[in-house]
Amino acid sequence: MFSLQQLKKSLLVSLWFAFLTFPLLVIRVDPIERTVQWRWENMALVAIGSFLVSLLVRLFYLHQEHRRTRKAAGKLVDREPLIQVILREPKYLYTLSGVMLICALIFPHLFSTYQTNIMITALMYVMLGLGLNIVVGLAGLLDLGYVAFYAVGAYSYALLNYHFDIGFWLALPIGALLAALFGVLLGFPVLRLRGDYLAIVTLGFGEIIRLILENWNEFSQGPSGISNISRPGLFGIELSLDGAILYLYYLMIALVIFTIFVVNRLQDSRIGRAWVALREDEIACQAMGIDKRKTKLTAFALGATWAGMVGVIFAAKTTFINPASFTFLESAIILCIVVLGGMGSIFGVIVGALILILLPEYLRALSDYRMLAFGAVLVTMMIFRPQGVVANIRRSYQFKSQSQGVRR
Amino acid sequence: MNKRVTQKLLAAALGFSLTTPLMAADTIKLGVAGAHSGDLASYGLPSVNAAKLVVEKINAAGGIDGKMVELLVEDDVCKPEVATNTATKLVSDGVHVVLGHICSGATKAALPIYNNAGVVVMSPSATNPALTQSGEYPNFYRTIASDDAQARTEVDFALNTLGLTKIAVIHDKGDYGKGLAEFAKEFLEKSGKAEVTLFEGVTPGAVDYSAVVQKIKRSGAEAVIFGGYHPEASKIITQMRKKRMDTIFISDDGVKDDTFIKVAGKYAEGVYATGPKDTSSNPLSKQAVAEHKEKFGSDPGAFYENAYAAALALLNAIDKADSTEMAAVRNALQNNDVDTPVGTIRFDAMGDALGVGFAMYQVKDGQYVEVK
Amino acid sequence: MEYFIELFFSGLTRGSIYALIALGYTMVYGIIGLINFAHGEIYMIGAFTSFVVATVLSIYGFPLLSIVLLAGLAAAVWSASYGYTIEKIAYQPLRQAPRLSALISAIGMSIFLQNYVLLAQSSDFQPFPELIPDFDFMEPYAHVVGSAEIVILLVTALMMVGLTLLIKFSRIGKAMRATSQDRTMAMLVGIDVNRVISMTFIIGSALAAVGGMLIASHIGQINFFIGFIAGIKAFTAAVLGGIGSIPGAVLGGFVLGLTESFATGYVSSDYEDVFAFSLLVLILIFKPAGLLGREEAQKV
Repeated sequence: MFSLQQLKKSLLVSLWFAFLTFPLLVIRVDPIERTVQWRWENMALVAIGSFLVSLLVRLFYLHQEHRRTRKAAGKLVDREPLIQVILREPKYLYTLSGVMLICALIFPHLFSTYQTNIMITALMYVMLGLGLNIVVGLAGLLDLGYVAFYAVGAYSYALLNYHFDIGFWLALPIGALLAALFGVLLGFPVLRLRGDYLAIVTLGFGEIIRLILENWNEFSQGPSGISNISRPGLFGIELSLDGAILYLYYLMIALVIFTIFVVNRLQDSRIGRAWVALREDEIACQAMGIDKRKTKLTAFALGATWAGMVGVIFAAKTTFINPASFTFLESAIILCIVVLGGMGSIFGVIVGALILILLPEYLRALSDYRMLAFGAVLVTMMIFRPQGVVANIRRSYQFKSQSQGVRR
Repeated sequence: MNKRVTQKLLAAALGFSLTTPLMAADTIKLGVAGAHSGDLASYGLPSVNAAKLVVEKINAAGGIDGKMVELLVEDDVCKPEVATNTATKLVSDGVHVVLGHICSGATKAALPIYNNAGVVVMSPSATNPALTQSGEYPNFYRTIASDDAQARTEVDFALNTLGLTKIAVIHDKGDYGKGLAEFAKEFLEKSGKAEVTLFEGVTPGAVDYSAVVQKIKRSGAEAVIFGGYHPEASKIITQMRKKRMDTIFISDDGVKDDTFIKVAGKYAEGVYATGPKDTSSNPLSKQAVAEHKEKFGSDPGAFYENAYAAALALLNAIDKADSTEMAAVRNALQNNDVDTPVGTIRFDAMGDALGVGFAMYQVKDGQYVEVK
Repeated sequence: MEYFIELFFSGLTRGSIYALIALGYTMVYGIIGLINFAHGEIYMIGAFTSFVVATVLSIYGFPLLSIVLLAGLAAAVWSASYGYTIEKIAYQPLRQAPRLSALISAIGMSIFLQNYVLLAQSSDFQPFPELIPDFDFMEPYAHVVGSAEIVILLVTALMMVGLTLLIKFSRIGKAMRATSQDRTMAMLVGIDVNRVISMTFIIGSALAAVGGMLIASHIGQINFFIGFIAGIKAFTAAVLGGIGSIPGAVLGGFVLGLTESFATGYVSSDYEDVFAFSLLVLILIFKPAGLLGREEAQKV
């Protein structure tokens, strides 16, 4: 199966990793007791492990090579992936959506409250992902400070509830509106910036919002946060914890469906097509008479709206918020959801959110190795599926000539 | 085909829900929640060890009223949003009482969930005053004194014992550190004996603190009261000493940790820090430490004795109440003395332990020694 | 006045660390257009390697000078090896992929490396041995600026000069400049682009490692999380100076360090980072490509 030379290469890889991990994995020093511990067994493990992984990767490439030669020889027809077929054909798509909806609806009755609670978190991230997808996936503006709008939403509900006793349902649109306002506020100075300059400014914006919340005690109660925020009300009925979680769960399902509907309509609208045009080529886009300024600002504002809404829900769910929940890492996770799921694809974002939020929860069994595995999964997924789990296929039109089909 | 899958799932779920209550009947479930991984794990893991030892001992003696005690350990990484999941998990696993959480923010987020489920919670380390004094958390108890008591100890020591008149108050912008620093500032200003020359927060994890250190020097402060944890404290003290400043450094129990002495090394000498009263002469405390050494082969970490005490107090209250109902357990906690490694304690109606307080310690020859 | 000088030196020290890390960001960005989020972790790994090596050597009783040199060398060698390996594993397969995929891969790598060091070593803070002694001739000024700060400044300056010479005159430096201008063209004229990219990662990582060792020895402690904040700040510095530009990264590092230091000194350290980021936004509004960045004309 493997040639001698390939085995030799893998052996070299394993030697390299043994060298690489030597100072950190093998040696452990105690600077106080002044003792050195040599853990040679780790080196052996790394060497064997990397040798096997390297062989596996080689096997994978061999397999790919094999497929390619067969394809070139015409023995293997390039089949469209199943998921794309499903997404394209309304017949399948509606069946799939229906099944998913039914699963979602009966979920809390099949699993414990704890599972439902985690699912609520996952659904919140679906909404966040769909919101960020407008900015990053459609309009192509890399936003690393998305969490700022999330924070704006959460704090607007928390503060309104604290000072004026305003309920969840009134706060939801207010939070969304305020977040949109902040979106425009951020949008103005960055109109001229491109690509990665935009990324760092949005990152800075996110940090500034968090730092202000942390330091301005009179306004936000500082790092100790705001507690005892009311849960969402249901026509004044007092709910038990289980009841409240169940209620929040169905609320989230409804909101996610609403989001999917709106984002889907937006994508196909005039403004949605303007975003995609902007992403593809700014100059050509302007030449076509699209107002760049307006298009960018609406992207920021509409993206932020969803974050604001989820922020309100977050505050209502945990009943306690403090600035520590709105760090850069949160923005990074939401961005990972969008890219890992498949940029621009609604279904992809849903899959991405479910993977990234549920994975760490169920990896709890690995305890200490949990985040290590999480990082490794991110890298591996990107290497093997750089376009995301569900790639967003551009809409293309097929023209059939009389004799045979030609794809453009 | 879909139907069949659903049926199977339903059957499995029914199986689950049938088995859980049966198991719950024979054991008393003690939850342990706190930071068990991540950078604050060193504050949370000792409480897991303490709970293990206490439970082992009680079970070996035949349990409580014939029921065995079962441990449920859940990690919250000290994050409020994770803590609500942790709490929900514990509640849905049918927990009866909880030892935890470790950080005040996480505790605040988790408490309403426990309260709804009628679960009493006792923290070995959450020192935020509002937890007991606000009256919003009737199910909360703790075996450690609150931050304002700690700030009071620091300020009294600075003013009365050391006789200082110019003090800079620095904090780490965190929930715990900033809260403590604000109390210290308030007490200093109210006393009228000393001037607060500087009140500032430093960014945790920043590359260095030399600019803040220069500012302390310029403010002419004789002493620094620092609210926060040991990583920032050791950075500040190291940079102060390297700048040849001999400003007195007074801090809190986030700094009264052996890691601080380990990291700051020779610069730690002479630093003052408040911590729970020294209980090492208490026979129960000696025993608890000896048990830890025997079982885990190492010295116990931060808040170990408070956690040991909390586990004892909780289980004792269940024993006395013959029930795990919240009202009965609360009643038992407030009306019975219990001997613990932190002394003989009972709890007031707000949830604070009576007979637990702070003392001032100073680093001498690489060890914290109580200042008499 | 003395206060001003103190703050100035404190800003310079901080700035030179930012600059050393920012160079790695800017070089990688210049050549493959990737924000290498794992670069902060490389800095951390460099600091950790030097911590392990220096402690082992001091336990075996080596003289201080040899400890400093060997620990520095080990930090540079291993960090460079990590940088090289990370590029091969996580970035090279993604060279033709959408740019955001490489960014996510970098974030994943950063999370992985942090937890790798956490598990392999310890989650606790560790005391870093003092590698830079207090010089006697500096004693009269010790309350203003420490020996360590002077050494950090000198070493940084030396590395910058060395790097500039390397980029300007050596073969590999010329190849790097060519690749960053136009990768396809460079390939066509016979430059081994893969080798150039590897070299960029190696050089950038070694610089960050030296920065890591210097600052860890200065503040006397280390843990697995130090790379994160330093990385973000250095990235800010690189953008401030104009990402892709080597003098820009250095300038950006110093501007950022001094801003933070003076903001702390004359205003309040509560809003230290707010000042830093506001400055960034302000500069980018007026110079959208950073201080020394080239504004590229767009072909239509």
